[in-house]
Amino acid sequence: MTPWLQANNVGHHFGGLSAISGFNLELRPGELVGLIGPNGAGKTTVFNLITGVYRAAEGSIQFQGRELVGLTPWIISGLGIARTFQNIRIFKQLSVLDNVRIAYYQHARYSLAEALLHLGRYRREERRLTQSAMEILGLLHLEAYADEQADSLPYGLQRRLEIARALATGATLLLLDEPAAGMNPVEVGQLMEFIGWIRRQFNLTILLIEHQMRLVTGICERVLVLDFGVTIAEGRPDEIQNNAQVLEAYLGQAEDG
Amino acid sequence: MNRHWIIGLLLLAGAGLSWAIPRYELLNPYLQATLMYLGINIILATSLNLINGYLGEFSVGHAGFMAVGAYVSAILTVMLIPVGAAIWRFPLAILAGGGAAALTGLVVAIPAFRTRGDYLAIVTLAFAMIVKSALENINAIGGPRGLLGIEGLSTMPWIFAWTVLSVWVIRNFVYSNPGRGVLAIREDEVAAELMGVNTRWVKIRAFMIASFFAGVAGGLFTHLLQFISPRIFDITKTTDILVMVYLGGVGSIGGSIMGASLFTVLQECLRPLGVWRMVIMPLLLILLMLFRPRGIMGLRDFPWFRPSVECPQRPPEIHHS
Amino acid sequence: MAYLFQQILNALQLGSIYALIALGYTMVYGIMTMINFAHGDIFMVGAFLCFVAATVLGLPFIPALLLSMTGCALLGVVIERLAYKPLRNAPRVSAVITALGVGLVLEHLTLVFSPYPRHVPALWSSATWHVGGVTLSSLQALIIVLSVLLMVLLDWLVRRTMLGLAIRAISWDRTVAAIMGVPVDAVISLTFAIGAALGGAAGFLYALAYPVIDPYMGVIVGWKAFIAAVVGGIGNVRGAMLGGFILGAVEIMVAAFLPSTYRDLIAFALLFTLLILKPYGLLGQPRPQKV
Repeated sequence: MTPWLQANNVGHHFGGLSAISGFNLELRPGELVGLIGPNGAGKTTVFNLITGVYRAAEGSIQFQGRELVGLTPWIISGLGIARTFQNIRIFKQLSVLDNVRIAYYQHARYSLAEALLHLGRYRREERRLTQSAMEILGLLHLEAYADEQADSLPYGLQRRLEIARALATGATLLLLDEPAAGMNPVEVGQLMEFIGWIRRQFNLTILLIEHQMRLVTGICERVLVLDFGVTIAEGRPDEIQNNAQVLEAYLGQAEDG
Repeated sequence: MNRHWIIGLLLLAGAGLSWAIPRYELLNPYLQATLMYLGINIILATSLNLINGYLGEFSVGHAGFMAVGAYVSAILTVMLIPVGAAIWRFPLAILAGGGAAALTGLVVAIPAFRTRGDYLAIVTLAFAMIVKSALENINAIGGPRGLLGIEGLSTMPWIFAWTVLSVWVIRNFVYSNPGRGVLAIREDEVAAELMGVNTRWVKIRAFMIASFFAGVAGGLFTHLLQFISPRIFDITKTTDILVMVYLGGVGSIGGSIMGASLFTVLQECLRPLGVWRMVIMPLLLILLMLFRPRGIMGLRDFPWFRPSVECPQRPPEIHHS
Repeated sequence: MAYLFQQILNALQLGSIYALIALGYTMVYGIMTMINFAHGDIFMVGAFLCFVAATVLGLPFIPALLLSMTGCALLGVVIERLAYKPLRNAPRVSAVITALGVGLVLEHLTLVFSPYPRHVPALWSSATWHVGGVTLSSLQALIIVLSVLLMVLLDWLVRRTMLGLAIRAISWDRTVAAIMGVPVDAVISLTFAIGAALGGAAGFLYALAYPVIDPYMGVIVGWKAFIAAVVGGIGNVRGAMLGGFILGAVEIMVAAFLPSTYRDLIAFALLFTLLILKPYGLLGQPRPQKV
């Protein structure tokens, strides 16, 4: 089977500081892989490199066989990669519905002229987009909030809205950046179920960054451990948990901190 | 909820009045002129709001684009389009003025949106200065003395029609897919780009649309005043438009209309105060910023302004997992 | 050759005034990331204080200069406290609009008290020297020397003192700076005071060099100086000086070799081009963006 996403020997640095080096990653279709490591290990940098926020200085990243390095984020989004952020970045002052409709940006099939004059396909397309958006909101139990301003939602729902927005882009690869941040054990349990459910429902391949080991060991099929921009271990969650290098990376950090 | 027929009725009444007022002298010429300037101000405020409110950037070059439209349309009616072109002459000149302003907008926007933050303010500021001093140096169009002998083609029905058209088109844009891209950029540019919005192009396009209507307003303005000079389009003019936008409220079309109206009315009411008027107006703006920084309507709009398809109709058949 | 030297001298004179004003923009931008559009009008107030000192009060040179500088410094602090401070946590644009409003108020208040352009009498019995066809007036020399002196002082202040460190700390992160014990409010007020004092000094010198003043004189000069600050790299003190001198040189050279009406056109076109080629200015650097 061809890999869905393949990163080969990717390297990136900020000024003289190496953030990521020699990074390899292969995601098979439908896989759910975790990316863990201490703070500052370069996990979010990996997301930024895949989604085109940063342009990788070295190496190649391929999505369904297509090279991503050098493409702009919006093109990469159009290819089917979506993400969430460590600190939620929804469109705060817009309605929940508009947050999701923006994700359809590339799906609307009407021209600027039709938009300016509200003619032609405008009406039909807007109705279609709104309906799809409402369906996604409905699936994620957010439809009751459609008209609310996004930042008026409680924290947990804002996270869910961010995922709804990512799904609406029509992504086949979803990158989740610390989806369980700030959640209590009960909520983490619900989130685990939720991730599994959207994965099946939307046929997704998922790469997630997480600190909560319970979530990682609970749902990830494979785990990659980063430390100082280098992959120090890779394997099944149970293998990782007993890996000496991984323990050192985390405990070493605990000693410093 | 559906009050759209009220708008239709209001527009019909407005159109009738715009024809009847000058025809039967229902108002004195001074008030008529004020009303017509109000229409032009509404176009200016609404179009600038697209950039400064909806897009969340800060442009101070609106008077520059207005000048481009004013000069191009005036040159067309004075020198180029023969009088024989009859009814088409004026709208054609206005459209050409808008088009020229939009093209100028493109030229400014391409470099201006390479970086973020206050860069647009700086580039548009330099641009406005260049337009003014360029106009002062072209003797064929009057240089610093300006252009005389422009016909008073901006009649009340024309201005009414153009105002309604401008507001309608900008409103349509804001409530459409390309318009949502603009809003997303204001809220979070990085997130917008990651959701598939081609942010640079969206910004350029919004800027061109705003410039177009600044040009239209410039064309109407010059055919109302029947005279233009570069000095009319200096920074003070831009400041006036900024005051209207921020008075009425950023990111709100109703707000822009309100801001332009309040500004025009206040300016007339305070006229007896002489120079003190020019102290009080900016003082009001400062107080407004201190106590209501987003303006009167900030980021809200009247519900009847929204197109009906925008509102969600909840599909009842949805099943939860 | 002598002509060229003469023009270089004139350029230095004009450039040092632009540089002094540009410093006020850049300091406020550096600490608050706010474009203080009222700064050009503070410069105008400086010029009018010079007029008042020379005519009503009959002060000699040094006290008159000090009056312009302290008067503007006070005005700067008052404006900051009343109009900008309440807006620190509001959308950034609100502060900019407020600044525009403050500028208009200053202009028109001055207009109320002085509806006509004023002629500033000479405060300095200026001697002129002729060296090989180049004319140097003592006033010109004074303007250049005094401006350079103020700029060196400011550069030292920003680079070598605790105040400079505090300013840089606040510009990076106001909240963290406050936690670290930096008296944020006082430092911001002081920055406004220094910037305004420099603007006042610029207005004073300008009024002596080009003695016809009016309430709107600060608008164009101010916007130009602002663009000069940006060309140098806004937020960067040395950049502001560089930008000011570049602008002065361009204007004088254009006026020397082309019809003077082209002065603004070419100056702005050049600045525009420079901005497009170097968006962060000659000495400025982009700040990293965290995603």
